Amino acid sequence: MAVNPDYVGRTFPPGPAYLVGREKIREFATAIGDLNPAFHDVGAARALGYPDLVAPPTFPVVMAMKAATAAVQDPGLGLDYTRVVHGEQRFAYSRPVVAGDELIVTVTIEAVRTMAGNDMVTTRGDVTTLAGDHVVSATTLLISRGIEADS
Amino acid sequence: MTAHVRLADIEVGTALPSQVFHVDRAGLVRYAGASGDFNVIHWNERVATSVGLPNVIAHGMLTMALAGRVLSDWVGDPGAIVEFGTKFTRPVVVPDDADGATVEVTGKVTAVNDDGTAQVSLTVMCDGVTVLGNPRAVVRLA
Repeated sequence: MAVNPDYVGRTFPPGPAYLVGREKIREFATAIGDLNPAFHDVGAARALGYPDLVAPPTFPVVMAMKAATAAVQDPGLGLDYTRVVHGEQRFAYSRPVVAGDELIVTVTIEAVRTMAGNDMVTTRGDVTTLAGDHVVSATTLLISRGIEADS
Repeated sequence: MTAHVRLADIEVGTALPSQVFHVDRAGLVRYAGASGDFNVIHWNERVATSVGLPNVIAHGMLTMALAGRVLSDWVGDPGAIVEFGTKFTRPVVVPDDADGATVEVTGKVTAVNDDGTAQVSLTVMCDGVTVLGNPRAVVRLA
């Protein structure tokens, strides 16, 4: 089933705000084995000029993937989410995420295409503060593997 | 400890300190919990093999995060990373044994720009093949 090209450019309203917690940052940094003091020690983060713990560069995926997943499951888009794999990921930061940030994600469908039986959807999640200041954009390529592409 | 590399210290071709990471099943469970990505193929061998994978595979975002460690260790201030992206081209297969998978990350500077940024290209290998496609970053250095 091909994805619906009419969805290109469509923007989805943000869900509830995500409050970035110190312990979540520490848990995530520990899970990726990263001992950089800016991720664990508030004093070290402040010495670098940040108001609180800094989140690792891939941390925004926690909120961005949730928002992208919700968007691409819109039935009108026609993507078989049960067969989705992550094809590409890119982050473009205005500043790093820090503990205490209250962030919302606005998802836009940037591109859809079908290649060799695989449906591909590119989403961009713009992560901003509640005041609307840009923090990071997370661009994600999701590939729904076609049945015929398996053989 | 973290180095704090400066723009004046680098040129095109400057190598980043390479690192080798070990990824085991416990690490996948820990990353699943921390990231909220509980896709079954990252922890259940029965399901992974039933969809045609050789075994349980690591989260692509975990492999990307390991590559990110090489960046943040190099720049010292993780907020210096202004862009970071990759394609996920091959899976990191994680066997259920004491060693798990070994991921090796190397990198080098590919451009030094007039605006105080540098572009870095990474190479991420597992079992002798690259697992990430064109992983690269832009960092802003003092």
